[in-house]
Amino acid sequence: MSSEPVRTHAIDMSAIAQKNQSNKGKNETSIQIQDLNLFYGEKQALHGINMEIPKKQVTAYIGPSGCGKSTLLRCINRMNDLVDIARIEGKISIEGKDIYQPGVDVAELRRHVGMVFQKPNPFPKSIYENVAYGLRIQGINDRRILDEVVEKSLRGAAIWDEVKDRLQDNALGISGGQQQRLVIARAIAIEPTILLLDEPSSALDPISSLKIEELINELKETYTIVIVTHNMQQAARVSDYTAFMYMGDLIEFGDTNTIFTNPEKKQTEDYITGRYG
Amino acid sequence: MEKQQIGKHISHKFNEEIEDIRNQFLIMGGLVEQQLADAVEALVTGNLELAEKVIQSDTDVNNLEHDIDESCLLIIAKRQPAAFDLRLLIAISKAITELERVGDQAKRIADMAIKLEEFNKGYTDFHELKHLLELVRSILNGALDSFARLDVESAVDVVLRDKDVDEEYISIFRQLTLSMMEDSRNIKRTLNIMNAIRSLERISDHAGNVCDYVIYAVQGLDVRHIPDDKVKAAVLGHSA
Repeated sequence: MSSEPVRTHAIDMSAIAQKNQSNKGKNETSIQIQDLNLFYGEKQALHGINMEIPKKQVTAYIGPSGCGKSTLLRCINRMNDLVDIARIEGKISIEGKDIYQPGVDVAELRRHVGMVFQKPNPFPKSIYENVAYGLRIQGINDRRILDEVVEKSLRGAAIWDEVKDRLQDNALGISGGQQQRLVIARAIAIEPTILLLDEPSSALDPISSLKIEELINELKETYTIVIVTHNMQQAARVSDYTAFMYMGDLIEFGDTNTIFTNPEKKQTEDYITGRYG
Repeated sequence: MEKQQIGKHISHKFNEEIEDIRNQFLIMGGLVEQQLADAVEALVTGNLELAEKVIQSDTDVNNLEHDIDESCLLIIAKRQPAAFDLRLLIAISKAITELERVGDQAKRIADMAIKLEEFNKGYTDFHELKHLLELVRSILNGALDSFARLDVESAVDVVLRDKDVDEEYISIFRQLTLSMMEDSRNIKRTLNIMNAIRSLERISDHAGNVCDYVIYAVQGLDVRHIPDDKVKAAVLGHSA
């Protein structure tokens, strides 16, 4: 072998990735999933999932419908608790703390792990009140603090310029793309550490989608982001790591550049290149 | 990824588009192979018609290069290919540049044939050249074949055979140098033959580069700047 390491890409992607890493400091784990099994009644929906989701990076879940990617995402803030027949085995730790331990305050957990869904779901209130909502239920009603947080969050969600002159308008009156960014603003207003995005742009037009992607890129400076998407090119564009799931199994998890240029598993290759396996 | 995988897209149109590009690539390969054979034939026999034919067909090769690149661009723009598909398209787009250069070298040999004919009619003593030619032809053929079958093993073999060409080249070069030293009237003619053997040697290099792209397409491994004798180990290490 030559003394230089063999490169697998024409462009040395790993060097670029390393450069990105060094800008961020250490590559810590934010969410650790260990031997996770999930059952809906008798049916097993997730099979022994193990993965470590890195901090302040974007991790994407891809896979065909019904492969378990949304189910897995919902385990991270215990949304599956709301499904009566769902039963979980295994462990998920966030910052080293097991979130399925008895005594964990689920409301508190979800304050740290924000979530945005496929369809924008603003409350039928004003734009301002949508963003202020999370603080109000924490008992914060100081107008100065609320004003500050609302502006900061709307700016953070890259929608401030579009709505600053109509903060008292009903949130249902703005466009779908704006509503989705408003919902993201609402999620970041309570300063979570993790954002879960479940197909955040599948109901949006391509330009609004690009704005969401641009936003994701900015948000990862501050938050750990996990995104489920059906749009593979979107996963390729926005994520640093990609996990491919199939029929409840985690087939391959790795650096996005590798997954999309030279995946290890044939199943992954077949899926991302649009082949039937 | 094996060759038969190419036709397994859910989109039949995509299968057809990739298959079309591959076919065009192979047509282009066949064309430059013919150019090489004709050019050397023209040089050895002094057949000027054949030399003209080589020069004329350069336009066809250039047009194919243009068309294939255009098709690759359209697929990338419209289908956002990934993994093997993407590597294959990039490899084809790069490999056709190598083929186009093989065509250019064949054209140079044809030019040489015309020049040699002008001042040295009927000279047929090209034994050494013939041997080198056979070697280069079989290497070019092997490279195109490995591309057609996306066969990494044969691509590696072809890369390794470039060494034989280099040895042959050096040996002919020595002979020609001697011939110039023996009789200065040989110089002009010998310099032309030297140009021809240099062109042959370059064609072998281009064929080797085509093989590098076969390895890239199939394995995602970039061996372009790995010395020839270490390519095999790199390929084995990668697939292990």
